[in-house]
Amino acid sequence: MTTASPHTNGRAQNAHRRAMIWSLVLILAGAMIAPLSGYVYVAYAQDEAAWETNPRAETWRDVREGEGGYTSASGPYVTNNLIQNGGENWRNLRNGPVAGIVPWFMAISLLLIGGFHAIHGRNRIDQPLSGKKLLRWRPWERVLHWFTAITFIILAITGLSLLFGRAVLIPLMGHAGFAVWADFSKLLHNFIGPVFTAGVLVMIIAWVRYNIPDKVDLDWFRKAGGMGKQHASAGRMNGGEKAWFWFIAIAGGAVCITGLVLDFPGFGQDRGAMQLANLIHAVVGIAWVALAFGHIYIGTAGTEGAFEGMATGYVSEEWAAEHHDLWLEELRKENRIERPPSQTSPGPITGGATRPGSS
Amino acid sequence: MARMKFLCDVERCIECNACVTACKNENEVPWGVNRRRVITLDDGEPGEKSVSVACMHCTDAPCAAVCPVDCFYTTTDGLVLHDKDLCIGCGYCFYACPFGAPQFPEESAFSQRGKMDKCTFCAGGPEDDNTDAEYEKYGANRIAEGKLPACAEMCSTKALLAGDGELVADIYLKRVMQRSGRPDTWGWQKAYGAGV
Repeated sequence: MTTASPHTNGRAQNAHRRAMIWSLVLILAGAMIAPLSGYVYVAYAQDEAAWETNPRAETWRDVREGEGGYTSASGPYVTNNLIQNGGENWRNLRNGPVAGIVPWFMAISLLLIGGFHAIHGRNRIDQPLSGKKLLRWRPWERVLHWFTAITFIILAITGLSLLFGRAVLIPLMGHAGFAVWADFSKLLHNFIGPVFTAGVLVMIIAWVRYNIPDKVDLDWFRKAGGMGKQHASAGRMNGGEKAWFWFIAIAGGAVCITGLVLDFPGFGQDRGAMQLANLIHAVVGIAWVALAFGHIYIGTAGTEGAFEGMATGYVSEEWAAEHHDLWLEELRKENRIERPPSQTSPGPITGGATRPGSS
Repeated sequence: MARMKFLCDVERCIECNACVTACKNENEVPWGVNRRRVITLDDGEPGEKSVSVACMHCTDAPCAAVCPVDCFYTTTDGLVLHDKDLCIGCGYCFYACPFGAPQFPEESAFSQRGKMDKCTFCAGGPEDDNTDAEYEKYGANRIAEGKLPACAEMCSTKALLAGDGELVADIYLKRVMQRSGRPDTWGWQKAYGAGV
């Protein structure tokens, strides 16, 4: 070995070092991995243990989770599960947030309306009235509006009675007195609900073409519906009316659908579905009532000349110019203005078209 | 004061449905209304268990909490009873009840619910004890006669126990000691709360 050159000596040293490093890595890796094999054993042992758990404990765990069994009893209200957990959740949600928080929607709505009216006052027509009127709502549209309006009010009163009657009306009417009212309310609510739903459906179909949102609506909202100094333009329906329409179409639709789920229990829906339907129905329904307060205010005391439109079908030309200028322009351009019978000049019937300024 | 409770000993219940029949017969419940029913878990498999279920007369009864007309009341014996003169048949008690106890006879159009009917622990209702009016609406009032509910009295294996909770628990405890098994006081925690 003495003959070995320094060069070969260095190579042997290198090989030696490499072997040492690799052995060290192997030992360290082995030292780290070997104890982990315990986990493999534990996992395997646990699998074995799970196989041997007490079947009785499993049974009661399943029962607690609402699993059902076999029952020979039959009837429309017979269920095959021993414990239904959803009921307690429904009870706590209904008696807690739904009955405790949601009614404040209505109170806040009334407070906002009262506050607004006190500060802003009635939205008056700026121009002096010339007495000229034009058709805004056809008779069938007014029938549709008042039909859903009246049924809505009946449903609101009876529905609120059923949710809050126990807290509010029993102290006033006594148990027996309220039971008579609640029985009547339930009957009325259950029978009028589907009829109202049909009305809402017809309304959506009939008026959806006037309620497609466009850029004019954004501008209308930016100018706060003309309540400020700037005049807000609008077509036949303004931005606010369109928002109300789409609230009814979507949220109102949800109220109607959940109402039908609750009203006709014979279609296989289980208690879980009805609990959920009941919660949605109550929360969205009360929001609907709260917004309806705003709609009623704007349509009556809030805006001069608005109620006349839905009551008689005709609005003053000045009202139309102020609230629905684009609609009036369009009617004039297309010569489609229809005057009330008292304002139509005798002569050949020309499809209701009248020259502006000829009354 | 007694606190009446039901307990079904699942190690004894053989799904004979005698309790169901006794209940129907004693109270003359209308067709389609089941105050009591037997549910069999894992039917036909090893470890099959049967439980006879009716109203458990809960301490904090969910049915009473959600009733819009507040027609439920708890007697001094801890029984949850209701007044059918007030009931409007809205079905909310059925949504809320963990045990599926409230039942409704179908009346008139659109499967409209009639007045709710459920197990009274054979204790009748708010009418005067053992009058025709009481029997008509609520069935038998055996408690007023010093008897226990017909279902438990009729149980062929004495699986279904009814009576003062402490006595029922004592009987059950003795059985468990003899069987040296674990207690399955079925439904007690749900109905009467923890630590009972």
